[in-house]
Parts: sequence; structure tokens; C-alpha cells
Amino acid sequence: MNTRISAAPAAVPGTGPVTEPASREHPNGDHRQDQPSDSRLVGTDVGTGFTAGLPAYGHCFVGILMREYLRFVQQRSRFLSSLVRPLLWLVVFASGFRAALGVAIIPPYETYITYETYIAPGLCCMILLFNGMQSSLSMVYDREMGSMRVLLMSPLPRSWLLLCKLMAIGLISLTQVYAFLALAWLSVDFDPPLLGYITALPALFLTALLLGAIGLFLSTHIRQLENFAGVMNFVIFPMFFISSALYPLWKMREASEWLYWLCLANPFTHAVELVRHALYGQLNLLALAITAGATLVFALLAILGFNPERAAGGGKVKGER
Amino acid sequence: MSLKHAARHRLASCLTLGLLSLGYQSGAQADVVYVSNEKDDTLSLIDLDSLEVINTFDVGQRPRGITLSGDGSKLYICASDSDTVQVMDLATHRIIASLPSGEDPEQFVLHPNDQLLYVANEDDALVTVVDVNSHEVVAQIDVGVEPEGMAVSPDGKWVINTSETTNMLHWIDTATNELVDNTLVDQRPRYVEFNQDGSLLWASSEIGGTVAVVDVSTRQIVHRLNFEIRGVHRDKIQPVGIKLSKDGRYGFVALGPANHIAVVDAKTYEVLDYLLVGRRVWHLAFNSDESRLLSTNGISGDVSVIDVDKLKVIKSIKVGRYPWGLAVKP
Repeated sequence: MNTRISAAPAAVPGTGPVTEPASREHPNGDHRQDQPSDSRLVGTDVGTGFTAGLPAYGHCFVGILMREYLRFVQQRSRFLSSLVRPLLWLVVFASGFRAALGVAIIPPYETYITYETYIAPGLCCMILLFNGMQSSLSMVYDREMGSMRVLLMSPLPRSWLLLCKLMAIGLISLTQVYAFLALAWLSVDFDPPLLGYITALPALFLTALLLGAIGLFLSTHIRQLENFAGVMNFVIFPMFFISSALYPLWKMREASEWLYWLCLANPFTHAVELVRHALYGQLNLLALAITAGATLVFALLAILGFNPERAAGGGKVKGER
Repeated sequence: MSLKHAARHRLASCLTLGLLSLGYQSGAQADVVYVSNEKDDTLSLIDLDSLEVINTFDVGQRPRGITLSGDGSKLYICASDSDTVQVMDLATHRIIASLPSGEDPEQFVLHPNDQLLYVANEDDALVTVVDVNSHEVVAQIDVGVEPEGMAVSPDGKWVINTSETTNMLHWIDTATNELVDNTLVDQRPRYVEFNQDGSLLWASSEIGGTVAVVDVSTRQIVHRLNFEIRGVHRDKIQPVGIKLSKDGRYGFVALGPANHIAVVDAKTYEVLDYLLVGRRVWHLAFNSDESRLLSTNGISGDVSVIDVDKLKVIKSIKVGRYPWGLAVKP
């Protein structure tokens, strides 16, 4: 994989850019109008009638994935903090309620469960939620630092670049989810069937895409890094708490009817239920439909709303103020 | 449970999981389970293959203790509020006889001779001995106040009765049907169970929160089990039903409103684990090859099925209201 990347200078490890800036004369331009003529990049004719072959798309994805991977590897503290957060919830928060919840059997469970068992799938999704949002944070960062401009130099469609970014973040997040699942298995009373760890994979990946898409969608509406903290509070916490991650929906309904409906309207609820069922080898069709639908909608909104001019040039944004 | 201990336990169970689960899947599982529903006046019939209720039968009022005849063709049912022991023919599922049991029969035990039924009459401080063939009362034995638990030793020599208010185990010699000795245990003894070779007797004390292990030859307590569950108040730990595995490996103790079953190492008396089941778990039964343990959970109205090898609850099956007794028919 490394040799392919070094052959086509798609990714420069450590420095951030994914594709080499082929045309420095048009930093703010729409890449689809003024295409660079660097044939090394895509291996096809990239003149005015540019058509990128499949290998180019693959290169692009690998490049973006490698960049996310390097960022992930270099930020070990971020990896640790993404594990510590759900583990604290699991070991400290959930142990207090350990025996409190075993009062009703809800699918996919077939018997009474401890609260730790209940909360674990929600915490997997919490990791994905934070990562999805952090990725949009990194988009804002990229924009301010100018590396986004470099990314947009790629002759490939913008939607593909963003999709690659979503998938790359999703794949990296999965490593963290499985690390958490392993620790949960070791530390508390949580043991879904072994096969469940495999069936949960597509559900987790779809959830990662959904939350990444929401993050991306949000990032298109955030102008500055500083504004992001507020959005974290207004998005992450409500999404996590007003869902079935911490309490089953019937429990929410006991508390209040409107809270129950808010939970139902939250796509995160359905993502959590999708993962919860998948962990026990079951497919929750409704949850799948809603999660997949919401992913599509947010991804489309993010791609359509992505303003390359604003994304590429921090200076212009500041100038607008 | 410490992290290290949990890790070790889990790794070990993981390693054995694949092999053993295959072995147990193919085990004799064509068993059916009869469950008496105290409040519904019914019996539920559960298929242990599909783990589903496949039939429900009306029986006398407030059915509690149930037990199979030696050949498995008949089921004896304590219909407490009908003041009788009903006999159900399991081929037709019809009640074919009612035995004179004395008032308010709750628990009973069938002697290995398949002829004499020893019934505890809670309100009368009596144990009534009924001949199931002639349908006649053979003897009535005075015991302590509120007799409850009943057990017979594997060799048929002893019948033990517990009296809830007198806090005693009463030793009845079956040769003479007379009470010959008493053993004082903790408050409110509810259930007694002999081990496989009949050398030890386990007796649960509901209010005392303990299980006493009694040496049958000396009739003295040799060990007292205590239970402690993280997150559950001590007052809620009320041991009732007990089952000891034939291989002498495990003792299982149903802990009533603690909603857990304690898994005890039957050799070292160390409590190995607590399994979460439904609310107010009272009585337990093994399937025929002892790969599954079943529990009746009164308040939540279900029967939990436990994989004995993995020590894991695999399903809780809804039955009638207030399930009480269990009988497994191979």
C-alpha cells in the first residue's frame, strides 16, 4: 500500500495534505473548472475533458484514509480519551444502576440484563458520535490551516472527497469501538454472543457514516473553530441523552411522553438500536431504514451545502466578518 | 469481582465455549417442563427445545408444589386452596384423582418407593403421609409451626420437614413415620435438599438469609453459606429454592426478592457467581441431563433458563401469574 502511495504523491505522511497541490495558481477556484494537468496524480488524461478512472478514486480514498490514520496514530491522547470516556460511563456510572434496571425484557434481549449490558451498545455509539463530531472539528481546523484547500485541488468530484473522508473517519472509529468492546468484555458483565461482534460491524460502520455525515453537515455551517465548542454542547449532549443509549424508550415514556417522542425523532436512537440488535445477531429493519435514510440525507445536505470557496480560503471568511 | 478475576473467568469460559456448547446442544433436550401458576390456577407446559410455552392446563386452586411419579406418567399437584393433592395423567393431561392431603398442602415429596407422599400442611403443623395407590392417609406426624420444606434422602430412610416459625428441621424416620430429631437453623427455613449420596443436606433460611449445610450422620450444621450481591440490600437476599448438581460440582440457591440465583461451589462452599433472573425467584429444577437449570420468578411471572455449563441465563419465558413449582419430564 505504501509503495502505491509514494508512487503517486497522493498523501504526504505527517504533513497533512492528501493530494499534491497541482495548480497553485487557483487556490480558490472550483476544481471542476480549472483542472490541474498532473497526469501522475490520476494516471489518466486530465485535460479539459477530465475523466478519472477507478484507480484514481481508489488512490484518493487510500490517501485520505492514510491521512486520517496518521492523524489517529499521532494523537494517542485522543485515542485514549475516546476510550476513557465510555469506560468511565460503563464502570462508574453503570455500576451504580447495576441492579436497578433488570425489570423488563425488551428485544433483542431474551432475559433480564444488568445495566452495564444495556448501556454498552449506547457507549459504542457514543465513541462514534464524538469521533463524527471531532472529524467535523478537524474539517474546520483544516479549513483554517489551509490544508482543506489542498484537498480540494484534487480533480476528483468533491462529493467523492467528502465521502472518502467520512469512510476514513468511520473505519478509524471502528478500531476504537472494538478496543472499547474488548475492555467492556473484560471489565464488566457484558458478553454478547461471539458472532455478534461480527454482525455488529456493518451496523457500527453505518452509524459512523451517519454521525460523520451529521458532523460534516454541521461543519459546513461553522465558520470558525471557536464556534465549534458551542455546537458540541448543543449537538453531542442532546443527541446522546435524548436517545435510547442510557435508558430504554419505555422508561423514557414513563418519565414523559414528549421526551419519548423526542427520543424517537432522534436518529441517534435508531443507530443505537441498530447496533444493539446487531450485537445479538438480530436485524432491526426499522432502525436500519431510519439510520440509512438519515445517513443519506445528511450526507447529501453536507455535500450540497459544502461551499468550496469558504472551505478553501480562511482569509475570505475572516474578511466577511 | 475484580478485573483480573473477571478476565480470567471470561477467557476460560471463552476457550471452553465452542467445544462444550456443541456438546450440550446435542444433549437430551426433548424435555418438557410443567410449571404451576399459583395465581392463575393453571399449569404451563414449556418445551425445552424451543424454550416456548406449548400448552396451559386448568388445575385446582392455588397450585404450588408439583412432582412427577417415579415412572413419569403422573404429576402430583398441591392444590393448596382446594385442600387436596391432584393427580394428573400426563398422557391425557386430565385430573384423574384427588388425594386426601390434609389442609393447605404446599410442598410435598414422593418417597423413592413411589407409593408414599409426604405432604406439609402449613396451617395444621402436620406432615400427612398419603398412599398414592390406595388414596388413603397412612399417618399424620406432628411437626413445628408452619411446616413448609420437604425432602427425602436418596436411600428413602429420612424425610425432612422444615417449620417456618419453629426454625427447625424435623427428621422423620420413614420406617416408623415418627419424628426422631430436630436441628435448629436460621430464621424461617423454607427448603431442604439432599446431595447425591445423601450425606449432606442443604437447608435455606429465608429471613436468616443463609443456607445451612447439615451432616446427615450427625444431624449437625457443618457450614453456613452467606450471600452478598453488589447493589442489592441485604434484607432482600432471601434464600428459598436449592438444587445440587448430581456431579457434586454446583449448588444453586434461589435468592427470592434479590432476583438472583447464587452459584455455589458444592465442595468449597465458595459463592462463584450470582445470576440475574426475574423478580422474586423461588424454586429451581434441572432438566434431565442437568445442562439447563430452570427457575420460577413469581412477581415477573416467568421462568428463567440457565445454561449450567456457561453459568449464563439464556432466556426468560413468560408463563402464568406467580409461577411457583417446577417438574421436568424427560
